[in-house]
Amino acid sequence: MITAERKPMEEIFHSVEPYGKILLVGCNECVTVCHAGGRKEVAMLASALRMGRLKQGAPLTVDEMTLERQCDPEYAEELALVVDQYDAVCSMACGCGVQTVAERYQGLPVLPMVNTEFMGSSEKNGVWAERCAGCGNCVLGLTGGICPIARCSKRIFNGPCGGSSKGKCEISPDVDCAWQLIWDRLKQLGQTELYSQIMAPKDWRSARDGGPRRIVREDMAI
Amino acid sequence: MKSDSNLEKVLAAGHFAVTGELGPPRGANLQAIKDKAAHLKGMVDAVNVTDNQTAVVRMASWAVSLVLREMGMEPNYQMVCRDRNRLAMQSDILGAAALGINTMLCLSGDHPSFGDHPQAANVHDIDSIQQLQMVTTMRDQGRFMGGAEIDTPPRMFVGAAANPFGDPFELRVLRLGKKVAAGADFIQTQCIYNMERFAEYMRQAVDMGLTEKTKLLAGVTPLKSAGMARYMAKKVPGMDVPDEVVKRIADQPKEKQAEEGIKLLCEQIEQLREMPGVAGIHLMAIEWEHRVPEIVERAGLLPRPQV
Amino acid sequence: MSDFEPVVVVFACDYCAYTAADVAGRMNLSYPSGVRILRVPCTGKVEPLYIMQALQKGADGVLVAGCLVGDCHFKNGNLRAAARVKRVQTLLDDIGIDGQRVAMVNVSAGQGAKFAEIATEFSNKIGEMGPNPIKQGAKAAA
Ligand code: SF4
Ligand code: SF4
Repeated sequence: MITAERKPMEEIFHSVEPYGKILLVGCNECVTVCHAGGRKEVAMLASALRMGRLKQGAPLTVDEMTLERQCDPEYAEELALVVDQYDAVCSMACGCGVQTVAERYQGLPVLPMVNTEFMGSSEKNGVWAERCAGCGNCVLGLTGGICPIARCSKRIFNGPCGGSSKGKCEISPDVDCAWQLIWDRLKQLGQTELYSQIMAPKDWRSARDGGPRRIVREDMAI
Repeated sequence: MKSDSNLEKVLAAGHFAVTGELGPPRGANLQAIKDKAAHLKGMVDAVNVTDNQTAVVRMASWAVSLVLREMGMEPNYQMVCRDRNRLAMQSDILGAAALGINTMLCLSGDHPSFGDHPQAANVHDIDSIQQLQMVTTMRDQGRFMGGAEIDTPPRMFVGAAANPFGDPFELRVLRLGKKVAAGADFIQTQCIYNMERFAEYMRQAVDMGLTEKTKLLAGVTPLKSAGMARYMAKKVPGMDVPDEVVKRIADQPKEKQAEEGIKLLCEQIEQLREMPGVAGIHLMAIEWEHRVPEIVERAGLLPRPQV
Repeated sequence: MSDFEPVVVVFACDYCAYTAADVAGRMNLSYPSGVRILRVPCTGKVEPLYIMQALQKGADGVLVAGCLVGDCHFKNGNLRAAARVKRVQTLLDDIGIDGQRVAMVNVSAGQGAKFAEIATEFSNKIGEMGPNPIKQGAKAAA
């Protein structure tokens, strides 16, 4: 899923400073699961904004709404009936949600309330970790199911570098060395021969480097 | 010969090679380079010129390499994957080769988080093994990585680094094998203090036939003080400094620690000369260039061969 | 400041703190009249939002009172509550309201006297801090 974290309050106060009435919009998908921008977080931020602005002597009216999936125009449409009443929409969805709403309501300021971070999975309750960089050409089948792009600090394909120490990456003893994990898993799978082949330089066109990407499914796009 | 590299010639003639190291200045000070380099002249067969070492900005390694070239020395031009993509690398290599740089070293580079610009983008378009393949393809097939033909290919003697002490240990020789397969003409290792573990590494490398395909230079660094020994033991990732080594230096009074460090180094060099598969040493005397003449003299490595 | 009587909302867990408050009542131990006790099944049920809303509706301080550490009827509800209180404290600091207006405390069912003491002390502390600053801001804006 896509992970996110609420922006610092100072930045949020600054961005809503010009406004007196805002609509705070959450999303029921990823940001709900990572406790960044679901219904509960919308209520918390709304409360914090109301109190903070009262304290500043400049009350802010905050209405709350949480969409099923903010990155989907079909759901963004639900804002159409009410949106005219507000000075701005403050979105607690990931960057995709923010942009979907901004695209639909061209005349309205749409502000991000969270920082969208990475594609990851939940390691345990309350802990999320980066797992995929969306490179567009998955090599997990060759690397024991562990991603060298998202999980190696140098995204090297023929690791580990000389800095790997006791299973940890050179950048920090808190970071696992992806290549140690890859090697351990390859051994477990009896696939160590995969290691001896030199992995070729990546064609980064399939990733962000090739420009913004789109997927078109003709059978669906009717 | 693949190149006009002095290092290649020395190794090909079967001499025990000695390479040194020089860190470019953090400024545009040409004289500083010349002063440092003067200590190394005639003492080593090639001088590694580091490339933004530990991710700290310094003068370009190709520029400093050219200065050494003009001083009649053989630079070993280092290039890391951290700071440039495949286009920049290939164009730099062409420029270096055209201006008389004959030897280069392919490296991943320390992570930016260690340096003075932790905010910097971490390029790593290709890794050091892919970089080796790139250089040997340019030289031997006369082709760029993209496939186009090169008019006048760069004649580079190309090496790579190896750390015998990184983890997991069992991958160390396998990864060395990948570097050899990628075309490394020579290898320079990380500084060695654990001689036993290094000997084991060399046994494996010799058994796999790797030392017949590449020339391996063992990395050594004099310990200047007990503080330095402890720092290397504790703080440098992938470094193995056994307790006895730290103790040996620390047991000396402060003013004698440097001398003890040089003694230890000379003993190490003795042992390395006898070790099967070791073709030379890479002497990294960090900010101690002025002691290099004394060290190579005492280690019996002078005079350097004229080939 | 002397005529200010703070309103303190106490979220008290049914198994320990609420019982303790009950014991205090039966023992005729008094605590300030501004202390309002709300019974919750477990402090683990206290959402950060409850605390925020109590403050937003005018409470001057909020106490979350659970069982002693290790004695939670639901294993770790009180630990979760403590972690949430911490998070709310940080958020309050960030919006210019002293996070110390919120606190987590632990009392066992039998500790009636301790409950009365904690409630009194906390209420006095809030008394010294003064009224919830959002009231002042609301007045100024009006
Ligand atoms: S290889 Fe690419 S697609 Fe596969 S997990 Fe890594 S970044 Fe994601
Ligand atoms: S230590 Fe491991 S994870 Fe870190 S950069 Fe090196 S290979 Fe990658």
